[in-house]
Amino acid sequence: MLEFLARRLLVALLVCVTVLTFAFALTRLAGDLAISIAGAQATAADIEIIRKAYGLDRPILEQFFDWVGRAVVGDFGQSYFFRERVSKLIVDRLPITLTLGLVGLGIALVVALPLGVISALNEGRLADRLISVVALLGQAMPSFWLGLLLMITLGLRLGWLPISGTGTWQHFVMPGIVLAFSAIPALMRLTRSGMIDAMGSDYIRTARAKGLSRASILLKHAARNAAMPVVSIAAVQFGFMLGGSIVIETVFALHGVGFLAWESISKNDYPTVQAVVLLLAIIYTLLTLAADLLNAVLDPRLRAS
Amino acid sequence: MKGWRNAGLWVGAFIVAFTLLVALFAPLLAPHDPFGMDLSRRLKPPIWMEGSLPGHLLGTDHIGRDYLSRLIYGARISVLIGVMTVITSGLIGIALGVTGGFFGGRIDDVVLFAITARLAIPLILVALAVVSLIGSSLTVVVATLGFLLWERFAVVARVATMQVRTLDYVSAAWSAGCSRAHILLRDVLPNIASPLAVVATLEMALAILLEAALSFLGLGVPPPLPSWGLMIAEGKEYMFFNAWVITIPGIALFVFVFGINLLGDGLRDLLRTGRVA
Amino acid sequence: MTALLEVEGLEISFGSLAAVRGASLQVNKGETHCLVGESGCGKSVTALSIMGLLARNGRRDARVLRFDGTDLLALNERAMSRLRGNRLAMIFQEPMTSLNPAYTVGSQMIEVMQRHRGATRAAALARAEELLARVRITSPGMRLGQYPHQLSGGLRQRVMIAMALMCSPELLIADEPTTALDVTVQAQILRLLSDLQKDLGLAILLITHDLGVVARTAHRVSVMYAGEVVESAPVAQLFTKPMHPYTRGLLDCVPVPGKVRRDQPLGSIPGMVPRMTQSFRGCAFVERCTLARPDCAGEIVRHRLAAQHDYLCQIPPDRVTAP
Repeated sequence: MLEFLARRLLVALLVCVTVLTFAFALTRLAGDLAISIAGAQATAADIEIIRKAYGLDRPILEQFFDWVGRAVVGDFGQSYFFRERVSKLIVDRLPITLTLGLVGLGIALVVALPLGVISALNEGRLADRLISVVALLGQAMPSFWLGLLLMITLGLRLGWLPISGTGTWQHFVMPGIVLAFSAIPALMRLTRSGMIDAMGSDYIRTARAKGLSRASILLKHAARNAAMPVVSIAAVQFGFMLGGSIVIETVFALHGVGFLAWESISKNDYPTVQAVVLLLAIIYTLLTLAADLLNAVLDPRLRAS
Repeated sequence: MKGWRNAGLWVGAFIVAFTLLVALFAPLLAPHDPFGMDLSRRLKPPIWMEGSLPGHLLGTDHIGRDYLSRLIYGARISVLIGVMTVITSGLIGIALGVTGGFFGGRIDDVVLFAITARLAIPLILVALAVVSLIGSSLTVVVATLGFLLWERFAVVARVATMQVRTLDYVSAAWSAGCSRAHILLRDVLPNIASPLAVVATLEMALAILLEAALSFLGLGVPPPLPSWGLMIAEGKEYMFFNAWVITIPGIALFVFVFGINLLGDGLRDLLRTGRVA
Repeated sequence: MTALLEVEGLEISFGSLAAVRGASLQVNKGETHCLVGESGCGKSVTALSIMGLLARNGRRDARVLRFDGTDLLALNERAMSRLRGNRLAMIFQEPMTSLNPAYTVGSQMIEVMQRHRGATRAAALARAEELLARVRITSPGMRLGQYPHQLSGGLRQRVMIAMALMCSPELLIADEPTTALDVTVQAQILRLLSDLQKDLGLAILLITHDLGVVARTAHRVSVMYAGEVVESAPVAQLFTKPMHPYTRGLLDCVPVPGKVRRDQPLGSIPGMVPRMTQSFRGCAFVERCTLARPDCAGEIVRHRLAAQHDYLCQIPPDRVTAP
């Protein structure tokens, strides 16, 4: 168990270092950053001033190690556009994105888990086929389009929910639904296959031979074993949702990290872009790590090895 | 229930084939020039609504371009993005996956790490940043998505190669002294082709949706190209009073992606029941 | 001798495939009844159908299916689940996978008693520990806290047996309980089952393909072939006076020290168990039988040799028993 944990931590660390390098390289992709920042109308003298001001005149490796050295202690420098510390910008906006992600994950789980179980218990029957077609429909839905449709129907026509902004909990309902949509098909499929595997297993036959109630067979004996792949995919999907929030936050004008990322990309604000890329990668890595640990709690065999 | 499955496969195949044909014969099918503006005929609704203009079956957009023609040309962009991205990402992913699965050991560790690291990188954010930095064009979008969407190819190719490698006839080829390249090309690749075909449909659907999202956010295909995602973005300002400006391109996008998914799902069922091996 | 389990005319089908075609058997209180046959003859399915555990696509029908006077055919799933694990219990062939990997031995054992007896956790744990000791597991208190993957196959099967005994059932159905185990462990488990039966007055329906197991444990034997019980007799009778050519063939396949000469080949039955449909008439064994006659394709009547010995064949007895 300790060895497994150490190995996982090492991989997680290596992933973070890789992404760190990647995030830095990304912003140098276009060549001279100073030209991009200065804009089309800038004169050669303007560009030279900017190059000096942002330290872009130094050797590339020096810039890299300077950035990494600060990044590991949480200092991502000054935002070119917002004229604020990048770290403060992110900390201010993270709660909105996390709230949105949690609402989305909650909705996705509430919809996907029962549908997956129903599908598994009716394997091959009409209900199963219908649910899998619904999953395919969900998978084909462009999230930004769904967002706009909801704004027109639930927001404008029916007036049930606010169209944009972050004032109240109602503001998170529509974006939450849209975000959930992207995660539901994968979650549902894994719940279904996990339950089918579990229900066909010998230990479920034993549980039935013991005369246990249907609830106990389903919820205690089958669900615990079916949960493991679902936990892993839920963590992955939650990570993807936070990444996908860039589209949804833009559609609904939610001022979270995703919106911040979109703003900074369109304003050539590279320190902020780098920081958000790194932040999302770290969150994703931590989530998968947490899922592995949770699975070790669920499965005694993993704990032992 | 078998009829059901096959029905899905056929409906999917029909939708995909239909869209491909529309894309291919767009110049013959489109009633108007998709780029031809006419400011006197702005935001005219489709033919079944009040105030429509004869000759504009699906109405006109905010600068008077024929919506049906733009929709038809839009199919070209989606098809092009889907196919080119899958070719790029497929080449990268399959090369990595087969290498890892075939050689194992340290090499496989590196491949696995590459997959893990790729998954940690936020897809849309990085794609947006790259397109913004290099400048938006069809080629840039294809290249960006191609370099980002390879991981599922790699995962599946890796596992499938591992399974094929242990098969008897591959071991036999080894002991007969066949070269590595020979075994990879003659024995391994043909045998992992079918699971990869399923992945290709999934990735094509994903690439098309991502292009639409990027174009919607203004960092995908540049205007005035008639990308479906861009059409939705351009219609967004007018959607509260003219909902059709976003529903029409949205439905096209949705149905095409749904068709690809149905096709992929049907293929997977066929593979699972072993009727196509 | 009173009947505990009575099965008459049991029919089980999966779609068009007839797994069991009119099988009858009777298990008396306190005796071991062995159900013997090749794989695919329908013996495991028979056991599962008695427990009401057939797969979703399995159809069960019978003239009589009674447990201690209760008509099992009339019970719904809920009432049946009240009997299972309580008055009739079952153990399986695969000890490695029959326990839930996610829960401790103790937690899986006590839920049987909590369910059927409303026992408290403490009482159930005490009972579980007592039974683990009873099935000769050392340091039972420690085992209660262990997970299945920490136990060997033999230990897991003992745990399965102890778990089946939690509510002191009157009938234990054991489906090939030793097949997956090492030979030495097999012997221990069989001895354990015999001892438990003597001590607890338990009736056992033991399903096996191994005539050695039958000889060691059974009071009564039913031989199954292609979904029918072709012969049923007390164990000594069956071994000395097999009346059905199939039983005879099975016995010829077993080496008996002193009886089989080294230079003589062991017997074998050519062919495989055929796939049957419910509409099939006549003797199912006809294609593999060396004594078959033209009229074997017609309706076969059950013959009775003694009060406890009947068989499903019309070949004159002297031709079958003669070596």
